[in-house]
Amino acid sequence: ASLAPALCAAETLTYSLPEETATLRAGPGQETAQSNCAACHSVDYIERQPPKMGRAFWEGVVKKMIASYHAQIDEPDAAAIVDYLAATY
Amino acid sequence: SSFDGRSAVWAESARLGFANGDRPLVRYPGKRALIEQTVRPPQLETPFSVYDEGVLTPNDAFFVRYHLAGVPLSIDPEAFRLEVRGHVETPLSLSLADLKRDFEPVEIVAVNQCSGNSRGFVEPRVGGGQFGHGAMGNARWRGVSLKTLLEKAGPKPGALSVAFNGLDSPVAPETPDFIKALDLGHAGDGEVMLAYAMNGEDLPWLNGFPLRLVVPGCYGTYWVKHLNDIEVLDSDFSGFWMSSAYRIPDNDCVCVTPGAPKGATRPIKRLNVRSFVTRPAEDAKVAAHVAFEVRGIAFDGGHGIEAVLLSADDGANWIAARLGEDLGRYSFREWRTELSLRPGVHHLKSRAVNRAGQSQPLAPLWNHAGYMRHVVETVRIEAV
Ligand code: HEC
Repeated sequence: ASLAPALCAAETLTYSLPEETATLRAGPGQETAQSNCAACHSVDYIERQPPKMGRAFWEGVVKKMIASYHAQIDEPDAAAIVDYLAATY
Repeated sequence: SSFDGRSAVWAESARLGFANGDRPLVRYPGKRALIEQTVRPPQLETPFSVYDEGVLTPNDAFFVRYHLAGVPLSIDPEAFRLEVRGHVETPLSLSLADLKRDFEPVEIVAVNQCSGNSRGFVEPRVGGGQFGHGAMGNARWRGVSLKTLLEKAGPKPGALSVAFNGLDSPVAPETPDFIKALDLGHAGDGEVMLAYAMNGEDLPWLNGFPLRLVVPGCYGTYWVKHLNDIEVLDSDFSGFWMSSAYRIPDNDCVCVTPGAPKGATRPIKRLNVRSFVTRPAEDAKVAAHVAFEVRGIAFDGGHGIEAVLLSADDGANWIAARLGEDLGRYSFREWRTELSLRPGVHHLKSRAVNRAGQSQPLAPLWNHAGYMRHVVETVRIEAV
């Protein structure tokens, strides 16, 4: 009998990532944004953007999330999120 | 090596030097304290002082960029397989042991730079990852030549391009998976390789363990991590991350007037010429009228660096620096020179020229995505 198989037992390696702590800034629409914009990535994606980019910028971001990445966000929510982002960031 | 799950430890913070550019420093398993850009998925920037430590970027300091939050967190290196399939005579399914045993190892020193490195400094500001200058690194990559692998699989007549996919995946299944492609000629040029080691060690987990694509001279977007699937196609690849994302203006300057329409685009590809002063650091104080060393790094997309010029008077006069050891035309090239300055504030600028005569603009160029910044950068110091 050989001990080789036991010595060669496969070892699965694992990695662990930290918990996220970023939160959205307070303001009207925060909850709508939180429930729609944290599904695929942390909200630091939003926090890190340049400041005061304006409405057209945030409209573009939300449109891109829906059109390119297939975020499932209905029209009224999308509009509320754009209002919130344009006013808050 | 083992990647056991200590959780991240926050330490200090970093100022990247543009509006909304303050970031915490965070320590991930296998990494020293790096600049936190995003947490899910992780994006970690290398603190700029690391580039002054040496010409190779240490594995534990090498930047991390993911697009999709389905980051692989469990990998069995013995069960891992790389598939080579599609428009080939002989599909392959190879273990890591096969790759290490059946193929002559190849090695290259090459810079991996994110397309959006330095985006935070772009004016007018643009959306996307807001990196300082730390989304780049230089390493010695060891692995298997893609050319040899493709020869073994045997592309069928009509094969046109090669698509690369890794173990990372989107959270929503409808989000396009991160897949990149090269045309067959480029993929088989003998330089593109699959790396299983970096600077003499296994790849760090967050840099693509156990296997990643290395595309010397090209932006990091092509350097697919956790690479497990290579598909040879008889058509051009048209996935989102090639056909919609990572596009640059289709002109020589890779630029448009800020605010102008995007116009025609093409996929981003080769690095342009860049150089950085790594010492003295921004806002450093030096002794007036005493010679001190100025040094830094320069690189390009593979012609190799011909010269680095330094100005201490905001670009009025330039002196040639001495180049350091040549680790190959895809590597960072170190340079150094000495200066002695009058008391007061001085602006140091470095400007590299490659062997094709290409250089860096004195004024920044702009495009919508903030890609390929390569303006001559300025370091402010004070002689006292
Ligand atoms: C279905 C998935 C999904 C949802 C839902 C989603 N995003 Fe994204 N988002 C992505 C992906 C994928 C990226 C690209 C990530 C990368 O490249 O690092 C991204 C990137 C971003 C960025 C970075 C800038 C850019 O253009 O790459 C911002 C800002 C952002 N999202 C904001 C939002 C906001 C605001 C919402 C809610 C309205 C949202 N996201 C919802 C998938 C999603």
